[in-house]
Amino acid sequence: MVKPLHEPGIVIDSFRLDEIVHSGGMATIWRVSQSDVATPMLMKVPKIGEGADPAAVVGYEMEQMILPRLNGPHVPKFIAIGDLAVQPYVVMERIDGSTLLSRLPELPLPYVEIAQIGAKVATALHDIHRQHVVHLDVKPSNIILRPNGQAVLLDFGLSHHNQLPDLMKEEFRVPFGTAPYVSPEQLRGIRSDPRSDIFALGVLLYFFSTGMRPFGDSETLYGMRRRLWRDPIPPRALRDDYPAWLQEVVLRCLEIDPAWRYPTAAQVAFDLSHPTKVKLTARSERLRRDGIGTVLRRRFNTDITAPNSETASAAQLSSAPIVVVAIDLGEESATTNEALRTAARQILTILPSARLACLNVRRVKRIALDNTLDEAGHNLQIDRLVSLRHWAEPLKLNEPRLTVHVLEAVDPASAILEFAQSNGVDQILIGARHSSLMRKLLGSVSAKVAAEAACTVTVVRPARAAVVDKET
Amino acid sequence: MLIALFADIHANRQAFEACLARARNQGAQRIVLLGDYVGYGGDPEWTVDTVMGLVEKGAMAVQGNHDSAIGNLYEKLNPRAQIAIEWTRGVLGASQRQFLASLPLTLKDGDRLYVHAEASRPKSWIYVTSATEAAASFLATRALVTFGGHTHQPALYSVSETSRVTAFTPVEGIAIPLLPKRRWLAVVGAVGQPRDGNPAASYAMLDSHRQELTYFRVPYDVEKAAAEIRKNNLPPWFAQRLLVGQ
Repeated sequence: MVKPLHEPGIVIDSFRLDEIVHSGGMATIWRVSQSDVATPMLMKVPKIGEGADPAAVVGYEMEQMILPRLNGPHVPKFIAIGDLAVQPYVVMERIDGSTLLSRLPELPLPYVEIAQIGAKVATALHDIHRQHVVHLDVKPSNIILRPNGQAVLLDFGLSHHNQLPDLMKEEFRVPFGTAPYVSPEQLRGIRSDPRSDIFALGVLLYFFSTGMRPFGDSETLYGMRRRLWRDPIPPRALRDDYPAWLQEVVLRCLEIDPAWRYPTAAQVAFDLSHPTKVKLTARSERLRRDGIGTVLRRRFNTDITAPNSETASAAQLSSAPIVVVAIDLGEESATTNEALRTAARQILTILPSARLACLNVRRVKRIALDNTLDEAGHNLQIDRLVSLRHWAEPLKLNEPRLTVHVLEAVDPASAILEFAQSNGVDQILIGARHSSLMRKLLGSVSAKVAAEAACTVTVVRPARAAVVDKET
Repeated sequence: MLIALFADIHANRQAFEACLARARNQGAQRIVLLGDYVGYGGDPEWTVDTVMGLVEKGAMAVQGNHDSAIGNLYEKLNPRAQIAIEWTRGVLGASQRQFLASLPLTLKDGDRLYVHAEASRPKSWIYVTSATEAAASFLATRALVTFGGHTHQPALYSVSETSRVTAFTPVEGIAIPLLPKRRWLAVVGAVGQPRDGNPAASYAMLDSHRQELTYFRVPYDVEKAAAEIRKNNLPPWFAQRLLVGQ
């Protein structure tokens, strides 16, 4: 292989190298430009000469396979790839802004901001999980916030794609990752569980809210393995004002057993976006670590500590959806609402991990400034929340599986769509409008939602008596 | 160039027709046949004629153990498979039998190697079912990509520059980039008798320009293929297994 000469000004396959942005052990990153292209771009050149880290080669191969297959705002846009045999490189979109690493001097951050950042990262994670990828190296230096606030995940060199060969798994028997963020199951050789990313997000949230890493920063295998049996100090023991809801979310992300964590990153995003709706379990009250008995039981329970064979858990992603039910509370909607409840019950029966979010939209006037805080408005809001709960009552759902929301908007369809978008909703149930006259006058909300939603939409209609044939 | 690769047709006319039609629709420019045209199934005559016709028009074909067994009395097969071979001998004409006997064990096509079973000892008909057998094959050839069949289960192996072998079960319809720094061994699955629990016929398509490999599954008239086996009084299990893909 020809040893490449890299210096500013050199042109590789029409990309002009402008300046080095970063030079690490695995790769050098250049800012590059093309004469006719305005997009800011980065070129990642792996260090794969003689004596180089074999992980750099495999990491480059994985990124070369995975990045071109990812879409959307939560990953850098893929632009070009160089032939590994001639001149290996990957060119991708350069995202304005700095990584979360730059926030380290400010730790601990305010709780509200941590929830916002966490929700954004969780949304980004859910988006790549849906595209069959587990990141497996979630940490501050691999996350950038775009100027519009969306989180972008960087560096797919350690990632797993469940439809492509996992070269990393076969090449290295030892777990790869960043020591403080590696999940217990990664230490046991499992690379296909999206919930490993939820664990890493939990580490990040813990670190950003307390200034301490929950499992220290030991890089020895034993030091890392301690997290298989030793739980972290509850954040509330470190900071007196630590909110119970945030501890609930953080400790649930950090559960040793993936099955005890949130089933999807979308649900983490949901909780972090609605702190008042977080169900406070015993986790939220904990002020000390588990007792020695519990720890010893875990330490010598070989089920937990033994290396495990792969369990396919991509399927688990689709088994824990967030389902929105859009409910019209008007008098004439009773039969439709009954049908909606039946449809919701069917989904909840098939998918016991599903969550139901009941929505009602309160129409506000287009021009007048609606003062929602006045007494009447406030009461109206409460009334509607009560009505939504009343609708859901026969489903017998407990708190974490059921949330109720009253939105205010000029256009109900847009409000439902926006809610679905920002909460990673998987399915929307909505009633068909009953009278065709109303539909003519007001337009159909369900039609607009069905046409424009990014997820599945089910339009529910109560059974009607057969239409009597008018011609006799 | 788009290269369609078929293995283990096993005298299953319905499955082979369905795969050929799909591959032609996809624009296949070359056809590679990876052996075992006969055995198990009820349509050996049509199948061998079709293969001979394809080869005449430029397709590349290697010999499988069932093809070899037609003319070679010392080729050992399991007892039930042996019944099908004996029946097939009584169906095929001289030119068809001669065609099967004359097929090569391996063929080279640029940086690709075609072989029915395993490249280090093709005549031993070793099943490549894990990284261990794949490693033996990688040692035996310098070919960038080796294509084979024999196991009736789709699989993809690769070896890195550090000699680590990876194993992977391909997902239908997902293009896999055959990265240039490693060498690859693709087991394309069976057209005529899949054994991975999915009864749909299996084949693979290589885009040699993009160096991407895609595995495909094609549903076909399994009932008819099974009926053909029963009609000829072959072991009933050969018909049943088609329905369940075992």
